[in-house]
Amino acid sequence: MGFRIGIDVGGTNTDAVILDDQLRVIASVKSPTTPQSGEGVAAAIDAVLEASGVSGELITHAMLGTTHCTNAIVERRGLGRVGVLRLGAPATSAVPPLEGWPADLRAAIDEHAYVVPGGFEVDGRELSALDEGAVIESCERMRGKVEAVAVVGVFSPINEGHEERVAEIVTERLGVPVSRSARVGSLGLLERENATILNAALMRTLRSMADGFVGALSARGIRAEPYFGQNDGTLMQLDYALEYPVLTIGCGPTNSIRGAAHLSGATDALVVDIGGTTTDIGVLVAGFPRESSHAAEIGGIRTNFRMPDVLSVGLGGGTIVRSSAGSVVLGPDSVGYRITGEGLAFGGSTLTATDVAMTVGGATIDGITAPVIDEQIGKAVWSQISAALEEAIDRMKPNSAPIDVILVGGGSIIAPNGLAGVARLIRPEHFGAANAVGAALGDIAGQVEKVYLVDGDRSHSVADASAEAIARARRAGADPDTIEITALEELPVAYMDGNAVLIRARAIGHLA
Amino acid sequence: MTASSRLITESDVDELALGAAVLGTGGGGDPHVGSLIAKRLIRLHGPVRMIGLDALDDDDFVVPIGGIGAPSVDIERIMSEGEFAHALAAIERGAGQTPTAVMPIEVGGGNSMIPLAAAAICRLPLVDADAMGRAFPEAQMVTFHLAGYGPGTTVLVDHHGNEVISRPRDGAWSERLARAVTVEMGGAATMIDYAYSGAIVKECAIPGTLTKAAEIGRILLGRGSASLRDDERIAALCDELGAVRLFDGKVSELQRKFEGGFTKGSAELEGIGSYRGSGFRLDFQNEMLLARRDGLLAAVTPDLIAVLDISTGHPITTESLRYGARVTVIGMPCNEKWRTPCGIENAGPAHFGYDVMWTPVEEIAAARRSVA
Repeated sequence: MGFRIGIDVGGTNTDAVILDDQLRVIASVKSPTTPQSGEGVAAAIDAVLEASGVSGELITHAMLGTTHCTNAIVERRGLGRVGVLRLGAPATSAVPPLEGWPADLRAAIDEHAYVVPGGFEVDGRELSALDEGAVIESCERMRGKVEAVAVVGVFSPINEGHEERVAEIVTERLGVPVSRSARVGSLGLLERENATILNAALMRTLRSMADGFVGALSARGIRAEPYFGQNDGTLMQLDYALEYPVLTIGCGPTNSIRGAAHLSGATDALVVDIGGTTTDIGVLVAGFPRESSHAAEIGGIRTNFRMPDVLSVGLGGGTIVRSSAGSVVLGPDSVGYRITGEGLAFGGSTLTATDVAMTVGGATIDGITAPVIDEQIGKAVWSQISAALEEAIDRMKPNSAPIDVILVGGGSIIAPNGLAGVARLIRPEHFGAANAVGAALGDIAGQVEKVYLVDGDRSHSVADASAEAIARARRAGADPDTIEITALEELPVAYMDGNAVLIRARAIGHLA
Repeated sequence: MTASSRLITESDVDELALGAAVLGTGGGGDPHVGSLIAKRLIRLHGPVRMIGLDALDDDDFVVPIGGIGAPSVDIERIMSEGEFAHALAAIERGAGQTPTAVMPIEVGGGNSMIPLAAAAICRLPLVDADAMGRAFPEAQMVTFHLAGYGPGTTVLVDHHGNEVISRPRDGAWSERLARAVTVEMGGAATMIDYAYSGAIVKECAIPGTLTKAAEIGRILLGRGSASLRDDERIAALCDELGAVRLFDGKVSELQRKFEGGFTKGSAELEGIGSYRGSGFRLDFQNEMLLARRDGLLAAVTPDLIAVLDISTGHPITTESLRYGARVTVIGMPCNEKWRTPCGIENAGPAHFGYDVMWTPVEEIAAARRSVA
């Protein structure tokens, strides 16, 4: 019998769980995240092994979900220096690479960007012939100054030829890792370029996290296959993740939603994750998080990543309650993690949502007695909490019918039962470790977005995109026998007399 | 009378772009790339002087400049910086007159940004006016055409340095010729048409539309005196524009296809909040053109129909509209120049193949209120 271990490295806590081969939770633990992330991961592994009584040799799969890459971008630290080669001259000069980037982020990756002749037109013609001499000259200028290179060709989602050739030249000349835009993003040069540059900058960042993870596993005799979680709720094998580290951003909320789904058994529901400061509401559709329709901004940069559609509202277990002249105001500020020192119930002097839930709502915390508070204020706050959650739930519901709601997160004791518009309110076991559970689940996906030039019959193009998605799922570590195409979308590329079509294919398979 | 004028700096561009996207009514292209171009050129060459129509002399030569072609090409094969000066040089040779100001041909969408960028790099004033007051899909859907003026000397340039100078017979020919050339230029190009004297521009153009876009943007970005909560923004926007809130809903069905050069389709909304129980349908051809609530007309072109994110008020284009999106639909009266028999003939429902009678959006709303 094999077990899997799931770890979620958050900004404050590292959660770890062990699941058996039926994906039942055997144990869950929470420990602090450390600056040297390897130590925190190692400590979490030790704690969860001890809590479960499972021996390390029995672990067959190890999954890590981490906000490490996201934080590296947001905090501008630990990023690699990146060279940018854009293939598109004489076009595109009106917006050079890195335009619109915050100055501190530009500084963090250093600035070595070149626009050289190359790339394609929308109808498949060469925009310019690739100028290999210019590529070589740019390489020489970058020599010794960059740790990775981003190669970005105009219309590379239609034709990857120039990007492939330039990647060969860069590898030959500089011997540093290359990130190619056609493999990272879709149409929209700047968003794809931004994502590709971030991907290149994160190659070293994720490498250090991966080394810590793999080291911690092998030091404990765990010979499990390591995986990383990505923003769509599926997993990548280690080598694939190291090539596409940018795909790990956004896995935090995704894992929470997927974990909540698994813990509750629901496939279509709202997931309400109440922490100390905020409540994050995501939508579970057929077992996966609904994606946002907005362009995702990360650390002030626009990318075209699909991120889970999450509504955040300023209500959590530590939300501060203020009252004056008969009216009460709920937050939006919170005592956050200081609740165990400052909250009334914990012997502090600040009235929080948790205190109200304990006195009016009947919520309990082991070893803590409900505080005494003014009854009228308590009732007023309690109905405000209900109203705030009901409104947020209503905003995220896919339709007007009552919907199942899964409550997770450490602050979820503040949620009243009997919320309007809710069919079933589910409070699963292990609700505090939904993130880590979500990381440990995990199918493997391969996704492709490519533009095809077609005359009428699109079946060849659809078949080609599907085959590519399946190949990518296999490369990411899926069992070939279980891979299925789960989504196929065709979008016309406007104004080109109907002959250019963007095909988006996604394949999913089980862990090999 | 003192002529109006103000400086547009780099920090003004985002609000202008956001407001232009609202006036783009779902089409006109995403101003994001254009705003990056404009900001960069203003940073490099200094602020742009924006002048009112009243500041034009009759013998000024005002050049409307913009992009033509596929928005999906504009965001991928971004233009060359050289196209601005090239286009202005070409119109000077072709028309035999030196440009003294530039203006947007359409304020809606990405074409609000191109003249701003051109004004910065060519150091010309930008006229606070346009020839649509919104976005429209065809080059002859301009107020110059309504007043009987043809496209005049027309210029198309591309990133390779090609230029095509033509004298089309009328707006329809200009549109056909420009489309054909644009396809060969790779699906997008920089265009100048309807370049006229200050006297004709004063007669034909819709005044103050860039200022209006900037004000919309300020409200939605919560800038200046308008620091509003999310839920107050759309109401403030309606006040500013004299617009009508038509519906709050969730996209429950979406059909979109590409036909004859346009993104055509429809979206069905299911009412939420106080609109629960009602249904709404939007029909679009690049722009949102027709809105019906429970089968009854709510607004129709040439009046403006904008779909906004229900919480931020930010506009959603017909291409980025997605199933499940929560939106507010607002209707805005178009400029009076479109509300003539000639205006309705050129840009009304019949022109787009919709079998409804144009009725002013504010009249429909008033009738609905008096019934309710």
